[in-house]
Amino acid sequence: MRYHPLSEADRKAMLATIGVESVEALYADAPASTLLRTPLDLPRHKSELEVDRIFSRLSQRNMAAGRVPFFVGAGAYKHHVPASVDHLIQRSEFLTSYTPYQPEISQGTLQYLFEFQTQVALLTGMEVANASMYDGSTATAEAVLMAHRLTRRRKALLSGGLHPHYAEVVRTISRLAEDEVADMAPDALGDEDIISRIDESVSCVAVQTPDFFGNLRDLTKIAEACHRNGALLIAVFTEAVSLGLLTPPGAMGADIVVGEGQSIGNALNFGGPYVGLFATRHEFLRQTPGRLAGESRDADGRRAYVLTLSTREQHIRRDKATSNICTNSGLCALAFTIHLTLLGEAGLTRLARLNHANAVALAQMLEKAPKVEVLNKSFFNEFTLRVTGDAAALVEKMAAKGVLAGVPVSRLLPGAGMDDLLIVASTEVNTDEDRAAFVAALEGSL
Amino acid sequence: MLDRPAKIEGPDEAPATFTGNRALDQEEPLLFEIGRLDATGVDVDAAPQVEKRLGGLERKEAIGLPGLTEPETMRHYVRLSRKNYSIDAGLYPLGSCTMKHNPRINEKVARFEGFADAHPLAPQSTVPGALELMETLAHWLMTLTGMHAVALSPKAGAHGELCGMMAIKSAIAAKGEGASRNVVLIPQSAHGTNPATAALLGFSVRVVPAAEDGTVCAQAVREALGPEVAAIMLTNPNTCGLFEREIVEIAQAVHDAGAYFYCDGANFNAIAGVARPADFGVDAMHINLHKTFSTPHGGGGPGAGPVVLSERLAPFAPVPFLRRDGERLEIVEHAEGTESFGRMTAFHGQMGMFVRALAYMLAHGGDGVAQASKDAVLSANYVRASLRDVMTQPFGDRACMHEVLFDDAWLKGRGVSTLDFAKAMIDEGYHPMTMYFPLVVHGAMLIEPTESESKASLDLFIATLRNLAQAAKEGDAKRFTQAPRYAPRKRVDETLAARKPVLRWSAA
Repeated sequence: MRYHPLSEADRKAMLATIGVESVEALYADAPASTLLRTPLDLPRHKSELEVDRIFSRLSQRNMAAGRVPFFVGAGAYKHHVPASVDHLIQRSEFLTSYTPYQPEISQGTLQYLFEFQTQVALLTGMEVANASMYDGSTATAEAVLMAHRLTRRRKALLSGGLHPHYAEVVRTISRLAEDEVADMAPDALGDEDIISRIDESVSCVAVQTPDFFGNLRDLTKIAEACHRNGALLIAVFTEAVSLGLLTPPGAMGADIVVGEGQSIGNALNFGGPYVGLFATRHEFLRQTPGRLAGESRDADGRRAYVLTLSTREQHIRRDKATSNICTNSGLCALAFTIHLTLLGEAGLTRLARLNHANAVALAQMLEKAPKVEVLNKSFFNEFTLRVTGDAAALVEKMAAKGVLAGVPVSRLLPGAGMDDLLIVASTEVNTDEDRAAFVAALEGSL
Repeated sequence: MLDRPAKIEGPDEAPATFTGNRALDQEEPLLFEIGRLDATGVDVDAAPQVEKRLGGLERKEAIGLPGLTEPETMRHYVRLSRKNYSIDAGLYPLGSCTMKHNPRINEKVARFEGFADAHPLAPQSTVPGALELMETLAHWLMTLTGMHAVALSPKAGAHGELCGMMAIKSAIAAKGEGASRNVVLIPQSAHGTNPATAALLGFSVRVVPAAEDGTVCAQAVREALGPEVAAIMLTNPNTCGLFEREIVEIAQAVHDAGAYFYCDGANFNAIAGVARPADFGVDAMHINLHKTFSTPHGGGGPGAGPVVLSERLAPFAPVPFLRRDGERLEIVEHAEGTESFGRMTAFHGQMGMFVRALAYMLAHGGDGVAQASKDAVLSANYVRASLRDVMTQPFGDRACMHEVLFDDAWLKGRGVSTLDFAKAMIDEGYHPMTMYFPLVVHGAMLIEPTESESKASLDLFIATLRNLAQAAKEGDAKRFTQAPRYAPRKRVDETLAARKPVLRWSAA
């Protein structure tokens, strides 16, 4: 077996040193009833060539985003990631290292985490950020739990524009942790009156912008209402590129900002791994979940980075920890940081403008098309289309014509009476030809 | 074999360099100290002129994000990378963390466009290859564990623990015992994630003492059980590197008391293909794909933590889950009409890790997976047998599983702590073992060599530790207390970092 360096002779010599006859003797503590007598019914090992072939065949059965005119978003976005990003994250020293528990030989990881934290804080307009969470949805759930700890209240109020998966994740943990959740109804137009629902029983309000339906939401007044009632505002985003063009949540009064960082540096990966971004105010640091890289000095007085404030974490604090999280999304955070370094302010701003312009161009074409209606008054790179009939069936028909047109709202919100709504995203990867193909496939399918 | 110089001049006698660099060990400033607001490494096409629809929410102030051109970016991150230790560069004996070889074919196939460039919300009819891959992975995980079902979506080990305990809490609630069963039994030696997970779900934690021999005895569990107990969370093989001898009786006692058995599967890599958790009586167990099935650790993530479930917990598994009806395979995305406890994450889980883990499994085959477990156990015992005369074992000299645990009794009175010893290993070119864990052992040193090391590599590692042990015993304390000397940084002040946290760069 190509992955196992020990030869039979090595194994014999090692057994002799140990002083046992066979490896089986080393399993003597295991009750005999638990040890397998015959090998499991699984195929035998395969050559690298065979493995390559199997995965190649499986892969080819999927419709890849890059092969078709592609307009699917709703929480995960197709962007161009520079080749150098993937090259760098595959460096052995990044790819095959562990959590930087030994700072003297982990400065590479620790410094990029420090850079990542700074970039996330700058983008969101917040004071501090952690070294990443699993993804945007779990980051949102962690933000809710953190708000409960800070306010000593146990009720979260969720906007109807929050990504339905994110809302479900919050509801699941809340139900099982015996906390309360109040939901606004799904809100395609982004004009819900959430402020009237905020009172002194509420620990936090979670509002997404751009929201699930693409609407841009001004959080300023919601933040004021939260603060009047002693509640915290959790601002959520799923499209990190939008922060290149939009007023950051921190400038609108958010207390905790969470979001999905996949858009920057990371592939679609059929849903994961992604990278959860988590930023907040300095005063809330000790209730923040997840790892933090901090600046320090070494014995020679040289600047060095180290994981810090670990007394919040499970490996020290056990059942009193701020979260049970251990593994984070280190390598995805690195991809985010490298891509954002390559973009810089100038590149990110241009990229965000191009995304918006492409989406506006598509919206304008659709506004001229019959039997469909663009619902949004405002949007970044994604908007909601009302179609005649069932949007899910339409998406299937358009897929058969080789166009991946978007996400039917009913896929995430079945039974919400929104079967005629389609969420359409357009990023920098879309061309004039893609847009023309979209309109042609749409008109041929309605 | 190793090319040692006749005389080593310490850096103290050498002149400091003008740059602070030491040849290949190059200093690298922060991105924020070298980047420029107008620099970019990406050529983005100009946006067509359109009327903006931003509802007056356009950003008014600059972000302050510096950029670098592509050559500068390459250099910055390549230089940073060289300050890291990695499994590709050396033995990485972190007990309980499992740093084994990461095959690169796994990286290659994970990047095939049908996986890396597939959207989680693309119509299911357009991604049959992805669904089939998930089903095949599920089949392997169920076969290797003997369990009834698997929840693929948890994002990492601790998330998997949460999944398993949510399923248990849901099953208890379904039996109408939700109000009365609110205690979870956890041994002292457990990973911190276990009590943190239990507490997150409102359970109170009752600590089960370890027996003299480092395992949990069934009698202690029986004494801790009662009608208020919901579950036990037990790691097997445990964090002392030992197989829990009485695991079958413990499971029986737990079940007799109407409670559930959550097994922490972090150490599954010692037994995969050799023993099945179902045969211990496990109800739920997470599997760290980044440990047992070698998806890269990536400096701390991403992981993946699928959870296998017993027949009685399977109905409560989270959405999404796979359902096959003859030829038709689909992902069920909504809990309505099922007993599922709901959704734990957006989308379907860590697909990129599923691809890598399955590639590992297919390459190894059932035979190779079992061989990997046995080689891991053999290597750990070889290290144990080769060091037992110079270091001390807390539970006597007995066979271990895939990791061997030493304590610091042998260092007593030498002026050298476990931490000091670890830092001296850094100078010798090794990543230290896991230190001070498990908490039940004083000055714990938990060594997990894995199956990826050759005998020559193990022999050199053993010789190095023997030399260090000898130096410690001969009173060469300075070698340890001043280590590391040769790493990119000397010992880092953790107290300073925590006292006044600086967690981001700020313009002076």
